[in-house]
Amino acid sequence: MTAETSTWATKKGLAQMLKGGVIMDVVTPEHAKIAEDAGACAVMALERVPSDIRAAGGVARMSDPTMIEGIMAVVSIPVMAKARIGHFVEAQVLEAIGVDYIDESEVLTPADEINHIDKHQFKVPFVCGCRNLGEALRRINEGAAMIRTKGEAGTGDIVEAVRHIRTLLAEIRRLQSMREDELFVAAKELDAPYDLVKLVAAEGKLPVVNFVAGGIATPADAALAMQLGAEGVFVGSGIFKSENPSRTAEAIVQATLHFDNPKIIAEVSKGLGAPMRGIAAATVPDADRLAVRGW
Amino acid sequence: MKIGVLALHGAVIEHIQTLRSIGVEAVTVRLPEDLDGLSGLILPGGESTTMRKLTARWGLHDPIMAFARSGAPILGTCAGMIIVAKEIAGGEEPVFPLLDVTVRRNAFGRQLDSFETELPMPIVGDRPVHAIFIRAPIIERVGPGVEVLARLPDDRVVAVRQRNVIAIAFHPELAGETRIHHLVATMAAEWSNPGEGTGERRLAGEAM
Repeated sequence: MTAETSTWATKKGLAQMLKGGVIMDVVTPEHAKIAEDAGACAVMALERVPSDIRAAGGVARMSDPTMIEGIMAVVSIPVMAKARIGHFVEAQVLEAIGVDYIDESEVLTPADEINHIDKHQFKVPFVCGCRNLGEALRRINEGAAMIRTKGEAGTGDIVEAVRHIRTLLAEIRRLQSMREDELFVAAKELDAPYDLVKLVAAEGKLPVVNFVAGGIATPADAALAMQLGAEGVFVGSGIFKSENPSRTAEAIVQATLHFDNPKIIAEVSKGLGAPMRGIAAATVPDADRLAVRGW
Repeated sequence: MKIGVLALHGAVIEHIQTLRSIGVEAVTVRLPEDLDGLSGLILPGGESTTMRKLTARWGLHDPIMAFARSGAPILGTCAGMIIVAKEIAGGEEPVFPLLDVTVRRNAFGRQLDSFETELPMPIVGDRPVHAIFIRAPIIERVGPGVEVLARLPDDRVVAVRQRNVIAIAFHPELAGETRIHHLVATMAAEWSNPGEGTGERRLAGEAM
């Protein structure tokens, strides 16, 4: 009887355990405790939340390992951290310090404009962003064990997140309606591996867990993502840029759980104080759009 | 006969699909009234910290304790095993103190130490169970009256049963393994219809 570590089932399986939950961006151990106490199912450790990355400009890189380790030391829930797109050495560093999941993220400045990380080479599982089905399947082909639609991080505007989850799920439904002999061309049009296209057409869903990210700022935003078909949500700036982070965090957790119960969403939305101010995604200049990073 | 799956977060749909695959009606439990009419309850994998918080928030604690104490079968997997233990190593308060064991969370380490293996589990038959362990707990102390159902080769205890409560550290619902759910369904059928085969049980004084 042999035991095998870091198999595909364990990588994908951890994401399955997070379903129905909220993964929160945190920048300090204190934030991480607030997130855990509010009912977050995991935290994303990073130096600055996306809205601050936007405001600061410059090059956004992997966080200091000391800061990530500080967060790993204070919470018992899984800790994720971000590496730049294509920066496989940042990913090696994150694996070396033992994070539970790596987000190869468009929120950081890409290190490679052609290649993403070959995620099969790692023992630690990866989550990657997508705007549509082709992008999701390319990431899964490279070894991503979890997908999140990108939205437009750091805006507090849900519009791009809605666009991306709707696009992804509409494209899956379209595959399901096709004859098998039409899937070859569908794969070509999606720029995605045929085997994965065939699998999605048969199953009617991605072969890995799919969360929504990028713009969730209120309990109703989270419930909207869930009603549209998300399996869970990432909330970045929306919590710690709100007037009352702890109550906002808790309310978003409850609304994600009871996403189909408007009475409960109403109840938890009461008196939360101001959500993050945000910026309308439509006014973000092309050069500052994060979702277009990666292909 | 219906079996519920606590659906606060985690591997809920996988348990529901496993139950349905063996012909058992399965429903989600998010609020106390969802327990009505159930013959058994599965507490799935996920994060025990999150489940602790959410069971308290939605008033599920006492109703689930009462349901378990009525003798209905309970299956806890991974985080579900942590929340049915009477004692959690490190001093955290128990959630549903049903099983006289001490459980240690994340006992194998972080995600990088998650693993899968073939595990003998005689109660479900001779063929070993394909066991997937994800940031899994183990049982460090087994109290009197608790039966050990499976151990790793190094003797660490990863599955136990005490009367109507079964707890396992791994994930049959991720591995296409249905025998443990079968066992729970059999216990649920016996509990919801104890008279089957031996004549209906009647309360004293009840009209025949």
